[in-house]
Amino acid sequence: MALKHLTKTGQLSRFILRLDRVKVSLWLIGITFFTLIVPAAFEGLYENQQERDAMAETMANPAMTAMVGPGNLENYTTGAMTTHQMLLMTALVAGLMSILLVSRHTRGDEEDGRIELIRSLPAGRLSYLNAALVVITGTSVVLALINGFGLYALGIETMDLAGSLLYGAGLGGTALVFAGVAAVFAQLSESSRGTIGLSIGVLLFSYLFRAVTDISNESLSWLSPLGWVTKTEAYTNNNWGPIFLMVVAAAILFILANYLQSIRDLESGFLPSKPGRSTASSFLQGPLGLAWRLQRTGAFFWAIGMFVLGASYGSVMGDMESFFEGNEMLQQMLQPVEGLTLTEQFIPMLLIVMSIMATVPPVIAMNKLRGEEKKERLDHLLGRAVSRTQLMGGYLLLAVLNAFIMISLTAIGLWSAADAVMEEGLSFSMIYGAALAYLPATLVMVGLAVFLAGVLPKLTPFVWAYVLYSFFVVYLGNLMQFPEWTAKISPFGHVAQVPVEEAAFLPLFLLCVVAAALMALGLIGFRKRDISA
Amino acid sequence: MSMLKVTNLTKKFGDFKALDGVNLEVNEGEIMGFIGPNGAGKSTTIKVLLGILKATDGEVQIFGKDAWDDAVEIHKRVAYVPGDVNLWPNLTGGEVIDLFVKLRGTNHKSRRDELIEKFSLDPKKKCRTYSKGNRQKVALIAAFSSDADLYILDEPTSGLDPLMENIFQECVKDLKKQGKSVLLSSHILSEVEKLCDKVAIIRKGTIIETGTLAELRHLTRTQLLIETKKPVKNLAELKGVHDVEVKEQGLSFQVDTEELDNVLRHVSQFGVLKLESAPPTLEDLFMRHYESGDNEATPGAGGGN
Repeated sequence: MALKHLTKTGQLSRFILRLDRVKVSLWLIGITFFTLIVPAAFEGLYENQQERDAMAETMANPAMTAMVGPGNLENYTTGAMTTHQMLLMTALVAGLMSILLVSRHTRGDEEDGRIELIRSLPAGRLSYLNAALVVITGTSVVLALINGFGLYALGIETMDLAGSLLYGAGLGGTALVFAGVAAVFAQLSESSRGTIGLSIGVLLFSYLFRAVTDISNESLSWLSPLGWVTKTEAYTNNNWGPIFLMVVAAAILFILANYLQSIRDLESGFLPSKPGRSTASSFLQGPLGLAWRLQRTGAFFWAIGMFVLGASYGSVMGDMESFFEGNEMLQQMLQPVEGLTLTEQFIPMLLIVMSIMATVPPVIAMNKLRGEEKKERLDHLLGRAVSRTQLMGGYLLLAVLNAFIMISLTAIGLWSAADAVMEEGLSFSMIYGAALAYLPATLVMVGLAVFLAGVLPKLTPFVWAYVLYSFFVVYLGNLMQFPEWTAKISPFGHVAQVPVEEAAFLPLFLLCVVAAALMALGLIGFRKRDISA
Repeated sequence: MSMLKVTNLTKKFGDFKALDGVNLEVNEGEIMGFIGPNGAGKSTTIKVLLGILKATDGEVQIFGKDAWDDAVEIHKRVAYVPGDVNLWPNLTGGEVIDLFVKLRGTNHKSRRDELIEKFSLDPKKKCRTYSKGNRQKVALIAAFSSDADLYILDEPTSGLDPLMENIFQECVKDLKKQGKSVLLSSHILSEVEKLCDKVAIIRKGTIIETGTLAELRHLTRTQLLIETKKPVKNLAELKGVHDVEVKEQGLSFQVDTEELDNVLRHVSQFGVLKLESAPPTLEDLFMRHYESGDNEATPGAGGGN
């Protein structure tokens, strides 16, 4: 009986793979790149076990455990270090990959009516779901293998084949578990937004849950799927039990998803959707109100995320001084400056990373305009008494406000957490001022998004390449000693690093000019071009 | 007075010429049917009219103003219903209708509620749950409850059931009574025949016929079926006679409308027992133009111009 519901699963799997070949490859390449580059960098940074032990000592605090999980600090080899500092974070990204890929081909395709078409063909009722699961399983296995063999191929002494394969399996296993989570939520929720939102909610909850239990009671971390990743203790005890647990959990979730799919109608869900308003509120009366309405949920969660990000960096401030004493890597990055504590010197590095993170939501807000255009929804507005400038200006206004709020929240989060854990708190105005100094750089990114949307709409995603580049050169640039011009290509490389450097207003002013020019060109371009998908 | 006037409109996408010298005019109080096969350029023309696409060449005027430069001013008096109605999945139908009406600047609360009732739409549902027909209703209600002078409707009924289509037709007739102008692009020829004063046919980016239905009928052929006492001779050689077929009941053939008199004279010599004639429908006209090859694409004179 069951088999007839799975007719053509193989063919559909190939079809989905064909659709996603670029996306899947990019995810795999991206994750593998970060997995491989870090231990290679560690090898260069810590020349002997003594230096690594010094690092281990600074990692031995609850804030770090909360962030990256427990590690083998007694025998902190390059392998153990990689597992400790990178495995959990990378697994989080692998889980995100699964959620996005799976929800797209389950509830996403269903919502857009594509599954209805597939179902009308001689394909089984459960074929498309299982085809999506076959593809994500394949992706997870490939992820596990290339990361495993890739790490082994680095030829680092303390990274043996068994440990490397286990490390890869940890990533692949996490991907598999969250594929299952997304597949189940795709049955429960009625929309792809809901599916993605709830699945990411579980992902973040798993992360936070194990952050709490890793500090308080490590055995409780077995309850979180992300706790399992660190329990593998790759390169130390090579514990394969958690991998087994992941596979079993994924299998159960896959079966549950199949069961739920088989008992429900197409395009229905199990979570009720409540009726909405029958009239528009007084707020939803124009293009600006609509733009806000479309992004407010996203903006709200980003705001919380930014505050938490700031606070989590702030919470490690208390241990900073001891953290620095034994750490040659950080001492290499920070030239001592008179009159400033090492903690204060570390602040610009934190701020630059946080400000680039805080650039993501305003750029998303701006790119939403192009997204709406692609879905042919701008026609409704432009077919009425709304001018192009008014329309784009509304999105721009929201993006600029968004940029201001996000950077402010990271700074407030950082300051309030640091203030709570440090004996002598930091000056709020110093932190806030230093953070706001990055606002012009963020506005350049928003300006680029406006420019692309207005003049080169097909290239809108290019702005992400620039954001990613900026992150790469300012985050890893110091560490790997890139030449200075690489940072100067990014707007973030032009901001004075308060409080280490004197605040300089000219570069900020010039960044503002560049941002304004890009915005003006974008607005003009948008008035002159065709609106088309 | 001309509400909408398109002169020699050309639109290129790269090297592809989507519109090639389109001429179109809608006068005040007129309902213009705009028909043509898929991909002929109907939606492209409409998007140029709305200033969503920019004309490569030619002049497009609505209310005597330039469709691109004065788009916002023009749109205060235009209502538009797109062919594919894509709505925001997380807004309700009611919210979208209000927003659309508000964006034009008018507010007809009573008219809105009356139309929601008429089209039996549940305004509390999120747009993601609406079928194609329901999404179309949202756009139609928004268009009909705003007080515009020109209505541009791009295949507005392709997802509606026959009952709703009737209501749609009533609404259009109401507009006509109020002296409003409508450009109605459609595939449903019976609908165009019922509602429109004039018809423009577009094919491969060019308007190949414009005129009133009567004028267009004149250009087409009448289907005849005759039975005679003696066999009819030399019928196929007569000017204006096409597709002669011998059937059980007699001879079936088509005659160009302007040659009808000659042909009937000729046939009557053989003693007519039975004569059936079918008037040319818009569908015949349509099919004839759609099917004809490129060399046959511009027959006779366009009636309207």
